[in-house]
Amino acid sequence: MNTGALRAFLIKELRHILRDRQTLTILLLMPLVQVVLFGFALRSDVRNIRVAVVDPSPDYATIALRSRFMTSTRFQVVSVTNTTDAIEPLFRRGDADVALMFEPGFGNHIVGAEPARLLLAVDASDPNTGTVIQSYARAVIASYESEVSATRGGVQITPEVRMRFNPTLESVNLFVPGLIALVLTLVSALMTAVSLSREKERGTLEVLLVSPLRPAHIIVGKVLPYLGLAFANVLTALLAAWLVFHVPFRGSVLLLLAESVIYALVSLALGVLIAANTSSQRAAMLGAMLVTMLPSTLLSGMIFPIASMPAWLSPVTVIIPARWFIVIARGIMLKGVGINYLWRESVILLVMALVLMAAAVRSFKPRLA
Amino acid sequence: MTAPAPASATRELAIDAKNLTRRFGTFTAVDHITFNVGAGEVFGFLGANGAGKTTAIKILVGLIAPTEGEARVAGFDVRTQRAQIRRNIGYMSQKFSLYGDLTVRENIQLYGGIYALTDAQIRDRTKVLLDSLGLTASADDLVASLPLGWKQKLALSVALLHEPKIVFLDEPTGGVDPITRRQFWELIYAAAAGGTTVFVTTHYMDEAEYCDRISIMVDGRIAALGTPAELKKQYDATTVDDVFVRLARGAKAAE
Repeated sequence: MNTGALRAFLIKELRHILRDRQTLTILLLMPLVQVVLFGFALRSDVRNIRVAVVDPSPDYATIALRSRFMTSTRFQVVSVTNTTDAIEPLFRRGDADVALMFEPGFGNHIVGAEPARLLLAVDASDPNTGTVIQSYARAVIASYESEVSATRGGVQITPEVRMRFNPTLESVNLFVPGLIALVLTLVSALMTAVSLSREKERGTLEVLLVSPLRPAHIIVGKVLPYLGLAFANVLTALLAAWLVFHVPFRGSVLLLLAESVIYALVSLALGVLIAANTSSQRAAMLGAMLVTMLPSTLLSGMIFPIASMPAWLSPVTVIIPARWFIVIARGIMLKGVGINYLWRESVILLVMALVLMAAAVRSFKPRLA
Repeated sequence: MTAPAPASATRELAIDAKNLTRRFGTFTAVDHITFNVGAGEVFGFLGANGAGKTTAIKILVGLIAPTEGEARVAGFDVRTQRAQIRRNIGYMSQKFSLYGDLTVRENIQLYGGIYALTDAQIRDRTKVLLDSLGLTASADDLVASLPLGWKQKLALSVALLHEPKIVFLDEPTGGVDPITRRQFWELIYAAAAGGTTVFVTTHYMDEAEYCDRISIMVDGRIAALGTPAELKKQYDATTVDDVFVRLARGAKAAE
């Protein structure tokens, strides 16, 4: 392997990137802007949450908890009934966002040994809002629970959550892992595609292919600098999410970075393939949008849960790399799980990376047919 | 068309093509061409647009494979020994092949590195190259800021940086003013005097007169091949331009 050639080529790539200050600045700031925009867009609507309370046997405990919701600035109790019958019409009309349903004898259970149960039913027709509502309501309940526990000890309230119209959502923080996938896709696939198709458009690629530089060298040289950039972007996105929105990070940062590298390689390979099959920078850019950005946003579960997709569409998502990466990133960040829970998704991503990289190298072999 | 004897029977052949053919579907871009180029020769490869010149060059430099026939470049087979060919040739494509957002010096460093020159070699040759082109003062300017003529001369010098046995120039003087073209040809002669074989395509018939031998391609075939003097005599013409026009008039693919 001619490492001198690769080194020379890498230096050239770094110079291209560093010299184009505008693009570099945009790329470096993008994760920050995206996290902030997504974050605020997600949160701004969730005030004045309308609560419908179902309290079949009012007692001191249910009233205390109800008053917590009433005094909270976020919540607004719109109805209190003793049966669940009234809830369905409220939801259907869109007059309530969440229903808080106590079990009969809630207060007795708080005193007793059994856990006290209540049911939270959330209108999740807008999934993001639904998730936020759920977590706020849980927070109110949890604060009451811990307060009562402090005076009485060992009190347990078990809220059961139903996401109405959209049952699979788990957390307010779902968007950050998806955003990391989006940023990685953008930098890796789009930038690589544009950078390679520029060489193609300008005719420099032909000269490189006639030189002793091999297609594998060219691809490594194109991919490595953007991998570094993608890495910086992941860290920026995480930092912004943590500082601005206090998104938790429960698992291993190193594992997430390693998985990010695999995912970035998948995207980079896609970028190379797109460049190989387009003849202008503009076509490459649009191709990257169509082939990577849109599916990564819409079909990955980042915004729209896969479980709520039509039956014919959800199987299609298995070929979307971002789908697997988002499962991994959510697992690591939000659940704090390690590789023993995520090996299946990791293997899928790794196989995708290897296959696509091999295809990418092949696509740049001079046409021998 | 039969192959004429090489320029000198004792000379080693830089390029030796026999019945070289390339089809794209039903279209035959290069149709059984047979020719050879002696080492150190300046060989002009002429033809109208679409006559198959670029396809032929791409076969010789290993960018596309021939459908039929065979060719050896620097003694290596274009089908099976492409890696060896790449190390022994320089190539300047129709499009400007340097990077505008890199400086003159950085472009030289890049190609020096790609062709595995040592750092010391790159340093020495950069100095010689900049001196001979009069570009020393602009060494750290971006290539994009140079006038077109300078860019083309620089591109040629960079293609010759690793002292290849053969250099392929695909319409290197397109859009360049007459004075720069003249300087460009001085560079070509200097390379040939140093032992490099020059394989050059051009549109400019006056440039054809500068070549040791020329071939004229029409519709994928070599319609004429010889020294400029031989061809003028054979076609009873005063200039290569006349020869070309006479041959190209019967062409199907001529624009």
